[in-house]
Amino acid sequence: MNLQFVADGVLTGLMIGLGAIGVTLTYAILRFSNFAHGEFISWGAYATLVVSGVFGWLAGSAAEPIDPFSFGWGVVSAGVIATLLTGGLALLLDLVLFRHLRDEAKSITVVMASFGASMALRSLLEFIFTSRPVYFSRELQITMPIGFGVRMTPDQLVLVAMAAILGLGMHLLVTRTQIGRSMQAVSENPTLARVVGIDVNRVIRVTWMLGGALACASGVMIGILVQVRPFMGADLLLPLFAAAILGGIGSVPGALLGGVIVGIGEAVAVQWVGAEWRAAIAFLLLIAVLLVRPTGIFGKPA
Amino acid sequence: MIVDFFTLGLLGYGVFFLTTALSYSIICLGLNLQWGQTGLFNVGIAGFVAIGAYTSAILTTPSTPDHLGGYELPIALGWIGAMLAAGAASAFIGAVTLRLRADYLAISTFGIAVAIQLVVLNAKALTAGPFGIGFIPRPFAGLAETPLFFGLANLAVVAVLVLVVYLALERLVRSPWGRVLRAIREDEQAAMSLGKSPRTYRLSAFALGGAVMGLGGAVQAHFIGFIAPDNYQSNLTFQVWTMLIIGGSGNSRGAILGGVLIWAIWSLSGMAIGAVFPPEAQARAAALQIVAIGVMLSAALLLRPRGLLGERTTISRHLDAAE
Amino acid sequence: MTASQPGVGEPILEVRDLVAGYDPGVPIVNRASMTVMAGEIVVVLGPNGAGKSTLIKAIAGLVPIRSGSVALAGTDITRLPAHRMVREGLAFVPQTENVFASLSVDDNLQLAGGILAARLRAERIEEIYGFFPDLARQRRLPAGRLSGGQRQMVAVARALIVAPAVLMLDEPSAGLSPKLVDLVFAKLTEIRQRGITIVLVEQNARAGLAIADRGYVLVEGANRHEGTARALWGDPMIAELYLGGMRAAPAPRS
Repeated sequence: MNLQFVADGVLTGLMIGLGAIGVTLTYAILRFSNFAHGEFISWGAYATLVVSGVFGWLAGSAAEPIDPFSFGWGVVSAGVIATLLTGGLALLLDLVLFRHLRDEAKSITVVMASFGASMALRSLLEFIFTSRPVYFSRELQITMPIGFGVRMTPDQLVLVAMAAILGLGMHLLVTRTQIGRSMQAVSENPTLARVVGIDVNRVIRVTWMLGGALACASGVMIGILVQVRPFMGADLLLPLFAAAILGGIGSVPGALLGGVIVGIGEAVAVQWVGAEWRAAIAFLLLIAVLLVRPTGIFGKPA
Repeated sequence: MIVDFFTLGLLGYGVFFLTTALSYSIICLGLNLQWGQTGLFNVGIAGFVAIGAYTSAILTTPSTPDHLGGYELPIALGWIGAMLAAGAASAFIGAVTLRLRADYLAISTFGIAVAIQLVVLNAKALTAGPFGIGFIPRPFAGLAETPLFFGLANLAVVAVLVLVVYLALERLVRSPWGRVLRAIREDEQAAMSLGKSPRTYRLSAFALGGAVMGLGGAVQAHFIGFIAPDNYQSNLTFQVWTMLIIGGSGNSRGAILGGVLIWAIWSLSGMAIGAVFPPEAQARAAALQIVAIGVMLSAALLLRPRGLLGERTTISRHLDAAE
Repeated sequence: MTASQPGVGEPILEVRDLVAGYDPGVPIVNRASMTVMAGEIVVVLGPNGAGKSTLIKAIAGLVPIRSGSVALAGTDITRLPAHRMVREGLAFVPQTENVFASLSVDDNLQLAGGILAARLRAERIEEIYGFFPDLARQRRLPAGRLSGGQRQMVAVARALIVAPAVLMLDEPSAGLSPKLVDLVFAKLTEIRQRGITIVLVEQNARAGLAIADRGYVLVEGANRHEGTARALWGDPMIAELYLGGMRAAPAPRS
């Protein structure tokens, strides 16, 4: 059996997983499912596109690919700046919208607001950039064998490594640092967190920054491997939720693993059922986990 | 839906507008039962509307090799079928998620809308795929020779349906069943201590609301005569939500008003874009319509969460007094 | 801790005419006043629903204060956000859910020492483990896996990390067996000997008065009686109404 579909699935899964880390942290700490999280992915990708365009205009060498990859240093440095911009967008959305609804008795109102915000953000991108897909680079990539009959491009390999490093880094941040412990503390008991001297608002700001930054990383990866379109994030939203719930709300490794499971599931569907049914996999996995084990793989029982 | 304003005339356009708007009001009434009365968050409205539209279309269209169905059943039977199918889909999602956190219902309904979109797009034997289903019988087709009468007759049908659904829901809400429903929304613990099972009540309200949405979808399909997958994207869900929140959730009249009002804003802004932007830029400018509605929804949530016609409170009044 | 702190016998925590409650129209604490001297153990008693717990939560910044004032060592801390209280030297141990169950004992202490520099934090934590040898042995265990008494110890240890001037506890005896209550209260006496002022709210009046210097009796949100622990202990009316007969008829309006 050709294992190529597994490699493709893992690749998609890691992109989903990076986005799902943000979803799972927002859910654990702010206690709501953010329907606008997919838009952070799209906005991150477009922000990188714009900033790298500016770099390319300032210095022609920015657009020249770094051998053997398809992208130049312009995209790399723009990506770093865009993670900050996307984190800032998440903070801004919280500032003007979410924080005013958080304390309401009906906490689900925030979810609705995030749904409205997602439609507005996505359509704004469509208005500015049109719905035509754009690409970071037109360079062609040649796949190379990496064993077990699997072939990957240099771009794919470096992005897998980057996703793994980001995921591991986030896990260490959440479990080993003071801010990470504070995030866990706020997630478990916000009142006690305040009592022990944790500034809950600061923790919330850090959560938005991290979630936005990882969403941006995910968007840049998709942009390099596939394309950039206004709906790229919206189409990923259901896989993000499925991955976060599958992994267990609040768990960083769970979100990554959940993402990989969804990614491989999608690859299986593409291989044996038909590419047009790919998007149904996330829904089926979601319903399955809600029926069998609503707390997810690494989730704590409620 | 491209309707030439000038050939129909002002009255004709008004009739067409109001018929479409009131069909949204029906969907809104369904959402009001789920959200306004019961506090259940449904982000998959487009999916349940699509189920209604496709079910009725399959049941009532003339025989065809293009897709399943073509049973040529009477329109009324198509509508009943639409309600049953959409109600069953809602019951399924409700049964899976209502025992879990509120957010999981939202995520699952969002998911089922994605899945339904895939089915209508790809299950060609069932739904004829991306080309959609045409020749859906329209009520009073015999009057089609005189467009104004035809339009008025259709408006009358939709208006009567809105009234029937409105009265039925009002009656239901005032019944002992409706009182328990509100009691559960306001204070689940207290309701449980009275021996009421919140899950059963919620599930039936969710299924019934879904059935009303399905009816709304079927009515729209028969009014326009043609349906396609593109009509049932998250945009629709979003419009209906905005209608209910701005009209006033918890209040059936607010739901009807919201449907008409937001559809008017939507149509007018669409006309404005048509007049202001050159044809090649219109698709792009249409995105601004959605941005505007998104901003409106967020602003309404922030500034006037009760909408134009707030809930006529019964139980919640006591809670407010204590605040 | 610092030189500016009041010496023993001088007021360290002053509560003046405090009105507090979650809803503006429904004050649960209604003009309560209290003065705690440095080095004292003060117990707040009262019948169920008297507002004892709300009073110390309001002082700790967890319940909105409508009017009145709270001063710690002469500094006004009324309406200071809860998370700033530990910096001011006021530590609080809630009654329930007072440890992070999913975090290890060590992480619980690390978190509470968040305002300290890393080296000082490490020193304090070792110092605290010396004071609570049982916890030192269980430092890697999730706090949720400990017994009720041990969890209470973690909660107290956690509050001590920042070396507070005043330690406030909400019903530290709740849910503990009499033997464990003795253990926890013995620890509180030791803590006072280290110069930390203690304010505790207690339903268990006997245990509370046994270690306290003075007590306040709260009725309907206001302090109705105060006195030395010995005097309160001996007062038959108080003993009958609020301490022994806690299920007695509503308090008389004096």
